[in-house]
Amino acid sequence: MTPATARARRVAAAGGHAAILVFFVTFLAFPFYWMVITTFKTTQDLHDTSNNPYLFNDPPTLEHLRLLFEETQYLQWLVNTGLVGILVVAITLALAMPAGYALARMTGPWAQTLGIAIFLTYLVPPTILFIPFARIIALLGLQDSLWSLVLVYPSFTVPFCTWLLMGFYKAIPRDLEEAAMIDGLSRFGAFVKVVMPISLAGILTVIIFAFTLVTQEFVYGLTFITSSSSYTVSVGVPTFLVRGDVYFWGSMMAACLIASVPIAIIYNVFVDRFVAGFTVGAVK
Amino acid sequence: VSVASIPRAAPRSLHGGALGRLADNERWLWRFMLAPAILYIVALVGFPFLLSLYYGLSDATVASRELNFVGLTNFRRVIEDGTFWLALRNTLIITLVSQVVIIVLANVLAGALIVDFRGKWLVRLLILLPWVAPISLGSIGWLWIYDSIYSIINWTGQAVGVLGMDQWPIWLGQPKLAMAAIIIVNIWRLLPLATVIILAGLTSIPQDIHDAAAIDGAGFWRHHFQITAPLILPITLVAVLFGMIFTFTDMIVVFVLTRGGPYDSTQVIASWAYFTGIQGGDLAGGAAISLFMFPLLVGVAIVFLVLARRTEVT
Repeated sequence: MTPATARARRVAAAGGHAAILVFFVTFLAFPFYWMVITTFKTTQDLHDTSNNPYLFNDPPTLEHLRLLFEETQYLQWLVNTGLVGILVVAITLALAMPAGYALARMTGPWAQTLGIAIFLTYLVPPTILFIPFARIIALLGLQDSLWSLVLVYPSFTVPFCTWLLMGFYKAIPRDLEEAAMIDGLSRFGAFVKVVMPISLAGILTVIIFAFTLVTQEFVYGLTFITSSSSYTVSVGVPTFLVRGDVYFWGSMMAACLIASVPIAIIYNVFVDRFVAGFTVGAVK
Repeated sequence: VSVASIPRAAPRSLHGGALGRLADNERWLWRFMLAPAILYIVALVGFPFLLSLYYGLSDATVASRELNFVGLTNFRRVIEDGTFWLALRNTLIITLVSQVVIIVLANVLAGALIVDFRGKWLVRLLILLPWVAPISLGSIGWLWIYDSIYSIINWTGQAVGVLGMDQWPIWLGQPKLAMAAIIIVNIWRLLPLATVIILAGLTSIPQDIHDAAAIDGAGFWRHHFQITAPLILPITLVAVLFGMIFTFTDMIVVFVLTRGGPYDSTQVIASWAYFTGIQGGDLAGGAAISLFMFPLLVGVAIVFLVLARRTEVT
């Protein structure tokens, strides 16, 4: 092979690589790009079919954002989502940290089976449980209350987070706790004073993951809540803003954008840890 | 048992009885630490699940507080309903088509992402967006893209000449196009997850194996299908299992895009259960419909258990 053809080959390979990436980025990120454009376009511009939709034919506007925050309950939905998220994260940590540690340090044939059994309950989808829950929540008098979500959401955050934390604790050498125990700490004391501080990264991962799951949940929110002031973002925008024949596309796209992108950026930092949890040890 | 238990055994033999008693106490400590999580899961997953089995055999409605046992009546009613079979067929089509496409695309994309290049973090962030953003909100983005009057797909298609000037497909208004639209959103949503899982598999293959294959003269196809593919098969299976569960049991995409329309032609099992059980108030019927999703879940759970056992042995 002459240097010239080798060079041509390299260029072709790089071009092919770039083409693949451009194709996928376009497909996967286009809806978000489209949300950005729509958010800042005037309604007149959006509705004029003779305009090139990719361009700002009128100057950009903040009118849709103003409408969203001043004339809808969007801000309230954001606050609701945050509140539910914080409470669910707290419950999740309180339940999953001790359970994950016990599963990581227990010996005997039961430990592994129990761990997988807990993990598998994560796979039971809301769409099987929402019908009995509708009645349970009504009997408890929690319909239309954010507390219904605080009660039910840990049912899917706890299994996966227990599993994630178990993985983290297993990676911590047992010697550390055993040294602390020889120095006089109890097993539980060693867990609180030695293990928890060094598993901070794991705890942070669980916080992000549980919070993300809360913001993504839709089915329970749709089932339990009917008054618009108690919606979370993921339910409020598709049910309340879409209602009626007039679609406020600009405000809706702004609503989607504001609720998705910040979480996406934080999640991105932790993604490799979630993948390690998802792969159930199929990769070492 | 394993290497990890050896350092534990050593101090125990040194201190004899005292640590032996501690081990006994630990058994109670483990139970105490596990109990809250397990009780919560039993109360909020196990109990409602049993309740949904019971509702499926009863005449529960939203309106009345009384329950009567009616045997398999609901299931017979569901089976005799044409919409149920349509929903089942749609669910299977959406799940299978999107999973096949996702696995092919995820392999291509993961192959492109394993190479180092400038700006990789940005590409990765953009590619992950659909998976991280709440799916109900992502679907609204697509609702706007598929809009009957302002669809950007149609505008672009006409601008580049793929669509004639008199062609203007109504994406969500025709049964076949609506199904295609739903499948596209499912692919869009789950492709990032499958990609990062397969990427993790590719990264875990030691470089030696690739080097050895290159030295032995394996070409591109041979390298991919006889060396890489078998090595990432277990992890690809994990990606497929998650993808199957997330698509098979999902109602959000259908709910936001079409509400099952036009004329129930895009209903899936989950959305049909919602419209029957919650909007229609027929809790018993809805519970019976949603239970038809359970066999797939059992199947997937079994595969996971087998997979976990195998990796534990090796």
